[in-house]
Amino acid sequence: MKQQTILRIVAKLLIPYILLFALYVQFHGDFGPGGGFQAGVIFAAGLILYGLIFGLSAVREVAPPALMETLTALGVLIYAGTGVLAMFNGGHFLDYSYLGGHGGGHAEHHGILPQGQHLGILLVEFGVGLTVAAVMISIFFAFAGRERVQ
Amino acid sequence: MHDAAIHAIVILLLGLLLGTAIVIVRMRELWAAVMLTGIYSFLGASWMLLLDAPDVAFTEAAVGAGISTFLMLSTLALTSRRAKPQPGLSPVPLVVVILTGATLIYGTFDMPHYGDPDAPAHQHMAPEFLDDTVPHIKDAEHPDGKAVQVDVGNIITSVLASYRGYDTLGETVVIFTAGIGVLLLLRGEPREDAPEDAPEDVSEDAP
Repeated sequence: MKQQTILRIVAKLLIPYILLFALYVQFHGDFGPGGGFQAGVIFAAGLILYGLIFGLSAVREVAPPALMETLTALGVLIYAGTGVLAMFNGGHFLDYSYLGGHGGGHAEHHGILPQGQHLGILLVEFGVGLTVAAVMISIFFAFAGRERVQ
Repeated sequence: MHDAAIHAIVILLLGLLLGTAIVIVRMRELWAAVMLTGIYSFLGASWMLLLDAPDVAFTEAAVGAGISTFLMLSTLALTSRRAKPQPGLSPVPLVVVILTGATLIYGTFDMPHYGDPDAPAHQHMAPEFLDDTVPHIKDAEHPDGKAVQVDVGNIITSVLASYRGYDTLGETVVIFTAGIGVLLLLRGEPREDAPEDAPEDVSEDAP
């Protein structure tokens, strides 16, 4: 589709906002609608659009398939690792209240960095988003890279 | 907006969903059918937005209309664009489908009405989640000083990621496993010993 000028220009205009919206849904998901899964899918959709318009080799440069496969596992690792970190701090698995170092829930804010439950939710949502985006992009590569069966 | 207007929009959307579904089922031209499934997903997303479920609407729009449409199109590119003509009406499957559908509809009569505050889901866990999640509601209405458990503004996120953290971890592992499975099946070079005269029409199980 490289010769379709209108598609190319419109995609170029849209893709940055799709990716930005995905990041917004990811990191604002604790206050607005959305979360890791939605963000990951929207991010992957942005990259897939890029691949459809500009070709598979272009998107392979942005998102190398080997890196995507690593990120697939890394997301799950971040999620489970957050749970294990809570265990190291004396809580149960995935008990984010122990991530802040104070133990128990606390509503008041200490500085800018999120703590406790808030920090835990941000971390696991990031893990979910990473895995979902990487899986979607990997499946895109797997499908788009195949030849027609004859 | 008035309730009547919302009801009218909901009925319109559900009618369009039904019409789209019937057209998809009857269509033999698979490319157009895939496009219609995308339209079906967008209609579904609009309807979910009306039900105050923007999270689900996001997912439906991005997955249903975006990624699965692409996956079905790329499958079509690998196979054929037309479905095989089906044999005529076969009575046994029709009876099975009608019976199953009737049972499911009969089951919904026992479900609580949409938005019913007396529904079991709103009696048991939801009040606890609400009470322990959002600090400003807590401070305003329950000034008894009980510690807020989760200080995150979006209750859906706090329920999914914190109260049901194990579920969500499981779901993430499911996505991971599914992705690995697809990659193991599809990745890599096409086999050299693939039969030369593979059948052209292999699209029986296309949607």
